[in-house]
Amino acid sequence: MRHHAAAPRRHRNQIRTLVLVDRAQAQACVLLHSVAEASLSDNADPGKSSGFNRRAFIAGAAGTAVAPFAARAAGAASGPTDKQDASLPVQITLNVNGADRQLTIDARTTVLDALREHIGLTGSKKGCDHGQCGACTVLIGGRRVVSCLTLALVAQGQPILTIEGLGGDNQLHPMQQAFIDQDAFQCGYCTPGQIMSALACVREGHATSDDEIREYMSGNLCRCAAYPNIVAAIKQAAPAILSAPQKG
Amino acid sequence: MRPFVYQRATDAPVALQALAAAANANNPLTEASIQPLAGGTTLIDLMKLGVMRPATLVDINPLAATWSAIDLDGGNLHLGALARMSDAAADPSIAQNYPVVADALKLAASPQLRNMATLGGNVLQRTRCSYFRDVSYGACNKRDPGSGCAALQGFNRSHAVLGTSQQCIATYPGDFAQALIALDAVVEISGMSGARIMPFAELHKPPGDSPQIETTLAAGELISGFTIAGRWPRSVYLKARDRQSYEFALASAAVALDMQAGVVRDARIALGGVATVPWRAAEAEALLKGQPFDDGLAQRAADAAFADARASQHNAFKITLGKRVVARALHQAAAMEI
Repeated sequence: MRHHAAAPRRHRNQIRTLVLVDRAQAQACVLLHSVAEASLSDNADPGKSSGFNRRAFIAGAAGTAVAPFAARAAGAASGPTDKQDASLPVQITLNVNGADRQLTIDARTTVLDALREHIGLTGSKKGCDHGQCGACTVLIGGRRVVSCLTLALVAQGQPILTIEGLGGDNQLHPMQQAFIDQDAFQCGYCTPGQIMSALACVREGHATSDDEIREYMSGNLCRCAAYPNIVAAIKQAAPAILSAPQKG
Repeated sequence: MRPFVYQRATDAPVALQALAAAANANNPLTEASIQPLAGGTTLIDLMKLGVMRPATLVDINPLAATWSAIDLDGGNLHLGALARMSDAAADPSIAQNYPVVADALKLAASPQLRNMATLGGNVLQRTRCSYFRDVSYGACNKRDPGSGCAALQGFNRSHAVLGTSQQCIATYPGDFAQALIALDAVVEISGMSGARIMPFAELHKPPGDSPQIETTLAAGELISGFTIAGRWPRSVYLKARDRQSYEFALASAAVALDMQAGVVRDARIALGGVATVPWRAAEAEALLKGQPFDDGLAQRAADAAFADARASQHNAFKITLGKRVVARALHQAAAMEI
């Protein structure tokens, strides 16, 4: 599993401690999860399906709830416009970080849940799940939106850019680097949403002063109150972003 | 969230055809089993809460190809209903000629939500009354007609003081609608039988005895656009709230003035955050017209705007606050250099 480098060290260590509590249980969960994931992600990244990680632990713990849906999804083939049974899954294609992903989902699935639960991109975070906190912010069609209130069905045909799509294999995006340089997070949970929102804020031309940055970043809450450092990070990254050709 | 069937409408006739089935049912528009989906910032939220439970969603976003234009043509402003709030707010011709519209849009919600929400959907945004939004409260006449109103004796700090009834005191939460009603906007509505226009002031219905009926839209109809006649460069939207940004209004005022040599020739005032519907303060406007503008006049107009206000246990402060917001907005508009 690929962590974006801006993820806070403290947070990762806590997760590692949690995961290693019961090795026997964890190994059992890996088996459950690999079955569920193979069913849910039709073209899952081959590099991320092996080994043990936090997703495996959580999905394994909820494995009994996931498996029946996966079985139901496998038998469906109808498209969104011709189906009339709301209980049947639908097949969609989402373009995420430049790659098309075919998914079989319940119509109720939001972009956030599609990213996290079906594609395995867990960088985008679920905070309030009601469009109030901004932790789920991604760019759809180049515009920042809250992915928790966007149905995956509606997002078809538009490029989706998530935190995982920033930067290169060995290089952070200037905004990611700026968040590290300016210590713009503590727990890190809101950080992927902050960074995606900050990138859009700069590209929109709304990062010309501290006051303007605060106003145009007000849709991203940070319970650790790293706000002054976030403003500093955006000011640091803005020149590089504005002078670079737009990606995603 | 309850399961639903998703349909994507490729154009307006397809959308109206898909929504027409809902027109045959007698339930109010807000309870219709087929709902149009645009930005989704209200609908998906309320579906997650179980407040709205449509069986079918008709995705009307593809209609943006024809219904999202923003045109300032011959002194009239036309706004397509599927224009996004952020796009309208950033339009230079709106900022220059209708600051009250641009500011009402900019001060609403967050950048992400403004990127999603459409103008047509925004004026139909539903109340933030916590008793309406939380289905574990049994008493809500808006959600379940005849069940009572938990807010009347509940925590009603954010509730309305104007346009209330014994059945409902829920506040209309939006900002943009106040600008529209103040400027005598016209709303264009499309249905299976064609398009019709009516004054925006006739769109929303005060709760009265049927708070579940919020607008005069019929099921199966869609708002396709808005038109504002004339230009209003001397106009402001002032919003007082618990936080400086990203918060609903406790009290807001949309004010537009036409002044010559210090005398008010025409005045428009609409109130937000304090009323059950977008609220036009006609008495205050009448008091201003033809008068030389000064502190005393602004204060008398503000008092007149709240003459009929009726407070509940926790929201009497809104009357004091609302008057100050009106008076300050009038001062700001009068002082504008245009």
